[in-house]
Amino acid sequence: MKGFITKEFFHIFRDRRSLIILFGMPIVQILLFGFAITNEIRNVNIAILDKAHDTSSERIIEKMLASGYFVMNGYLESEDEIEAIFQKGKIKAVVVFGPDLDRNLATGGNGAIQILADATDPNTANTIANYAASIVRDYQAEINLNTTVPFQIIPEVRMLYNPELKGVFMFIPGTMTVILMLVSAMMTSISIAREKEMGTMEVLLVSPLKPVQVVTGKVLPYILLSSINAAVILLLGYFVFKMPMEGSLIALMGTTLLFIITTLSLGILISTVAHTQQMAMMISLMGLMLPTIMLSGFVFPIDSMPWPLRFLSNLIPAKWFIIILKGLMLKGVSITYLWKEVLILVLMTLALIGLSVKKYAIRLT
Amino acid sequence: MKTIYYLLKKEFRQIFRNRAMLPILFVMPVVQLLVLSYAATFEVKNIRLHIVDNDQSAFSRELTQKFLVSDHFRLTGVSFSGRVAIDEMQRHNTDLILHIPAYFERDLVRNRKAQLMLSINAIDGAAAAVENVYAMSIIQDFNENIRVSMADDALPSERPKVFSITQSFWFNPELDYKTFMVPGILVLLVTMIAVFLAGMNIVREKEIGTLEQINVTPIKKHQFIIGKLLPFWLLALVELAGGLLMCWVIFGIGVAGSIWVVFLFASVYLLVVLGIGFFISNFANTQQQAMFLSWFFMVIFILMSGLFTPIESMPSWAQVLTEFNPVRYFVEVMRMVMLKGAGLDDILPQLTRLVIYAVLMNGLAVVGYKKVA
Repeated sequence: MKGFITKEFFHIFRDRRSLIILFGMPIVQILLFGFAITNEIRNVNIAILDKAHDTSSERIIEKMLASGYFVMNGYLESEDEIEAIFQKGKIKAVVVFGPDLDRNLATGGNGAIQILADATDPNTANTIANYAASIVRDYQAEINLNTTVPFQIIPEVRMLYNPELKGVFMFIPGTMTVILMLVSAMMTSISIAREKEMGTMEVLLVSPLKPVQVVTGKVLPYILLSSINAAVILLLGYFVFKMPMEGSLIALMGTTLLFIITTLSLGILISTVAHTQQMAMMISLMGLMLPTIMLSGFVFPIDSMPWPLRFLSNLIPAKWFIIILKGLMLKGVSITYLWKEVLILVLMTLALIGLSVKKYAIRLT
Repeated sequence: MKTIYYLLKKEFRQIFRNRAMLPILFVMPVVQLLVLSYAATFEVKNIRLHIVDNDQSAFSRELTQKFLVSDHFRLTGVSFSGRVAIDEMQRHNTDLILHIPAYFERDLVRNRKAQLMLSINAIDGAAAAVENVYAMSIIQDFNENIRVSMADDALPSERPKVFSITQSFWFNPELDYKTFMVPGILVLLVTMIAVFLAGMNIVREKEIGTLEQINVTPIKKHQFIIGKLLPFWLLALVELAGGLLMCWVIFGIGVAGSIWVVFLFASVYLLVVLGIGFFISNFANTQQQAMFLSWFFMVIFILMSGLFTPIESMPSWAQVLTEFNPVRYFVEVMRMVMLKGAGLDDILPQLTRLVIYAVLMNGLAVVGYKKVA
């Protein structure tokens, strides 16, 4: 048994190229995504069609550009140019100022302002339309300073756990989960499928090693590698991106190990189904990677999805692990608050291991 | 020419002989397209709301009612203390707490102003900002109603200066997120199939040892690469056609522009992507390595493509990096052509870049492929 595990370690550590990728990849990805990926909306290219050319329009344009949300990309002469400019794709919104704004406002009429947004990206369109409107309202409040408002409700808003609304706090737990998923589930399934494909699995099966021992031996090195990766990602998050670490470190380590074991058992299950490395890879990729990115709450909020998908998301281990990570790191709750999530992961692991044992074929066909 | 023909025949036989792979090739993308299109949304709906109403007055009940009838919110709990509410948030049972303090109504009537508290789980910063906007607009609405109903004793004031702001949303007036995501997800699926299959294919021959057999034949380097490239190129184009058909049948999203522009661009794009796959395979000796490398680049390409998060929001150095990302161009072009009906001249800048990219990558792949073991 010991000899077999040593062999597996040799296999992995001999392959320097894979090792570099294995440890370099998470670092590069965390750094890249931590700095670059954000679902905030900034620096949107806009064009202006100003029929007023008076104080109001000029002050509002000034305010828009100063806000940091908008970048000016030229003036238009007439409405006919709008469609063509949207089709080019660079400009996301056009602000149209109606004629004679100042005079209309002074004589008690309305100053007409139109915000046209390219809604092929509905999220950006909606957000920038709201930003632009609120800038106009700001200006409106400025020029109406003297009018008082009675019966005012003053809401006090507290943004808990992430007062600066940083995107990184979402992406670090997510990226960590995806990387662990890859290293543990994909790598184990492929390495077992590899033995099958090369015919060396047969050699192992006729050896006095029990199947359980073979699988354990395969899995152990990956537990070690994944743990190192998890530690590196957490350290980067803590030191480079200033992720808080509010909860207990021991609980964090324990749950991370639990998640690694869950994904490893997933990998084993895949390998019992797949005959070739290519198949193991495609199943992991299509069956694990995409659902992990999309349905775990990593990028898209689960609560907003239609109910069949909300239901489906419960089957994704990554979802529960992300909840645990956010709870321990950002909310600073004690592990007793998260017993439900931990229990679910434990049950999933047991079910996966049970299934793989049942499907494990001692004979190869 | 004849050599290439035989190589093609061999590749196609190998692809279609593998019965286990066929469903993965053709069924999985369909499932993915269906599931992912519904999952990929930044819209904020069903916000989990917890209400702490310490006032229990007509006003507080009216305000709560307004939250409950809005379809943005879903009530997950009611309590009488802020401690309990925060506890619920810690337990991941709620995302937004509306706290109406005692004497809310009295303060509003007597002092003409009253306070309220909103606590939002801001771990997902972008969603929190939207949740804030929704909650605020309900509160403002409520405030406006109260002002109107109490207006008789309000001070008469001069008419304030008001702008009339109209917003209009072009190309997608209902702000349907699926319209935006479906073309992008199509790109994703086609790309994954192409990169992974192509990248793994050569390495598999290396690993099994059949590449050596090909190396000792008189097959030329470029013939070999073309023989490997064409089958996957065709396969991916077929997948794209199927995907477009599905978009039209299931989501009602047709191609607003010319379908030939889509296919022209896709055919160049696939050359780039396959070139990258082959280039990677030069550096990998085992399928595991190839997989790892492809995965590494794919995740970066996908997340930096503007598919999920806007490129404009990235820092400028990252925006420069996306210029080297072929996926970015295809996502852009698919959205432009499918949704806005852009024509060939609109997408020319992207097309020329990809042509250069394709020549470069495939050139490198041919040069990098050495006919030695």
